[in-house]
Amino acid sequence: MSENSEAPFRPMAVLLEPRPRPIGLPDVGLPKLTMTHCYWLAVAALLVAGVAHAQAPAAPAQEALSAAPATPLSVIIKWLPFLLKGFVFNIVISLMAMALGTVSGVLLGLGQISQNALIRRTSWFVTQFFRNSPWLVLLFFAMFMIPFEFHVFGLRIPLPDWFKAIIGFALPVMANVAELLRGAIRSLPSGQWEAAESLAFSRTKTIWGIILPQCVKRMLPPWMNLYSLITMATVLASIVGVGEMLTLTAQVHAAEGGRPELFAPLYGFAMVCFFLYCYPISKLTQRLERRFNVKT
Amino acid sequence: MAKPLIGTPAVAPWTPDQPIISIVDVRKAFGAFEVLKGVSLDVRKGEAICIIGPSGSGKSTLIRCINALVDVNSGSILVENQEVNDPRLDKLKLRRKVGMVFQQYNLFPHKTALQNVMMAPINVLKQDKKEVEERARALLAKVRLTGKENSYPGELSGGQQQRVAIARSLAMRPDIMLFDEVTAALDPETVKEVLVTIRELAEEGMTCLLVTHEMKFARDVADHIYFTDKGVIVEHAPPEEFFANPKDERTRTFLGQIL
Repeated sequence: MSENSEAPFRPMAVLLEPRPRPIGLPDVGLPKLTMTHCYWLAVAALLVAGVAHAQAPAAPAQEALSAAPATPLSVIIKWLPFLLKGFVFNIVISLMAMALGTVSGVLLGLGQISQNALIRRTSWFVTQFFRNSPWLVLLFFAMFMIPFEFHVFGLRIPLPDWFKAIIGFALPVMANVAELLRGAIRSLPSGQWEAAESLAFSRTKTIWGIILPQCVKRMLPPWMNLYSLITMATVLASIVGVGEMLTLTAQVHAAEGGRPELFAPLYGFAMVCFFLYCYPISKLTQRLERRFNVKT
Repeated sequence: MAKPLIGTPAVAPWTPDQPIISIVDVRKAFGAFEVLKGVSLDVRKGEAICIIGPSGSGKSTLIRCINALVDVNSGSILVENQEVNDPRLDKLKLRRKVGMVFQQYNLFPHKTALQNVMMAPINVLKQDKKEVEERARALLAKVRLTGKENSYPGELSGGQQQRVAIARSLAMRPDIMLFDEVTAALDPETVKEVLVTIRELAEEGMTCLLVTHEMKFARDVADHIYFTDKGVIVEHAPPEEFFANPKDERTRTFLGQIL
C-alpha cells in the first residue's frame, strides 16, 4: 500500500490529483422525515385532538348554546402568525443566549486552565456556581438584579426584559460550555502539549493553534445538545413575563374565553413547534457523535 | 519566578570544539521517587548517541531534560554553553535549537502532513510562508513522503506518521535532535523505514540523541552508547566495545536478556 509513496519522486505522480479532505463540520445531511416520523407526528396530533375532544363536554353548556364555538384547529389557524412570532422570539433568545454563553464560556474554560492560580480558582468557582444553580433561579437573578436601564456618559441605555432573559439563559450556558471545554482539553493526549512545547510554541500559541481547534470537534455534539436544552428552557421566560411563545399561548387561551377544551390543542401546538425544531438537532447530534466515535 | 539579583551571566559563545551538550551530575525526582541519581554525559557536535537500558531507568526523563520539557532538581545541563537548569532560561529559544520526536508521534491530527511541518516555522519563527512551504515539501520528500502532503495523520501508517514527525522537527532547523523511543510504538515492518531516515540524518552530521531498544540499530549508527539502570549511567563505550565486552554485570544481564 505504501510502496507508491516509498518510491522516489517521479514526474508521473503529478498526474494524480491531490484529494484534500475537508475538515470542520463533516458532511452530514439533515435527518430526513421518514415514515416513522410521520407516524409519531400523527400520533401526537391524534393525542392532542383526542384530549381536546375528551375535555369538550366539560365546557359550559350555555356558551355552547349561544354560538357554535370555534374548533381548536380554527383557533390555532387564526392565531398562527401571532403564536409563531412568539416561537421565533424563543429561537432568537436561545440563539443569542447560546452565542453570548459560548463566548464567555470559552473564556471561563480557558481561565480554568490558566497558570495564574487566582484566575484559575475564580474561574472554577464561577463555573461551579452557575452550573449548579437551577436555570429558573438564574433567570430570576438576571431579571431582578440587572437594572431596567443604565446610564453611560449621560446616555440612557434601556435594558428590555428579553435582553435580560438572554443574559439569564447565557449564564448557565457559559458555565456548561466552560465545563465542556475543560473536559475537551483534558481529553486531548498530553503529547499534543509536549509536541507543541518541543516545537517552541508559546502557551498562548499552543492553546489557540493546536488545542482549541481540536476541542471544537469534541465539543460540538454536547454543545448542540446544550443548545437543544436551552431552547426548550426559553419557555421559562414566560414566568418572568417575556412575550415568548408560552406567554402568547396563554394570552390566546384567555382571548378565546379560557375554554378548557382549547388548553390541550394550544399548548400541544407549542409542544409540536419545539419538537419539530429540537428533534432534528438531537438527530444531527447523534449522527455527529457516531461519526466522531468511529474516527478519532 | 524570582527576579535575578545579578544580570544574566555572559555566556561564552559556543565553539564546535566544545561539547554541544554537557550534562553534569543531574538529579531529578518525581515525588519521592528519584529517577535520575546524578547523571553526566557529553555529546559532541555531529555525534549520534544511543541511550539504552531497562524501562524505568530514566532514559526518557534524561533526554526530556535537554529541551526543558522536564525541569531537573540539581546539576547542570549546558546546551551550546547555555545553562538549561536556570529559572531565567528562555525555554522557547532553547527549543528552537533542539528538536524532538516522540514515541507516539504526536502529530497535530487536525492538520495535514504538510501543515504539520509548516506550522512551527510560520507561527514560531515567523518565516515567510512560501519559503517554508518549499522547505516543508523538500523535507517530506527527504523522508520519502512525496504524495502524502495533503494526507491527515489519521490516514497515514505509524511509520509514515513518525517520518512526518521527524520532518516537522527538522523544519525548525535544529542543531540537535532528540528521539524518544521513536520506533517503540511501530509495527515491526515499519520500524525500518523510520530507522533508515534517522540513520541518514546521523550520517549527514546531525547531532542525535536516541533512546532506543533497537540494539542492532544502535550498534550500526551510534558513535557512543550509554547504558542506564535505575537512574545512573552504568557504563558507556563505543558500540563495538560495548557489545563485544560489556564491563558491568548489569549491562551483561541486560544484553543477555535482549540479544
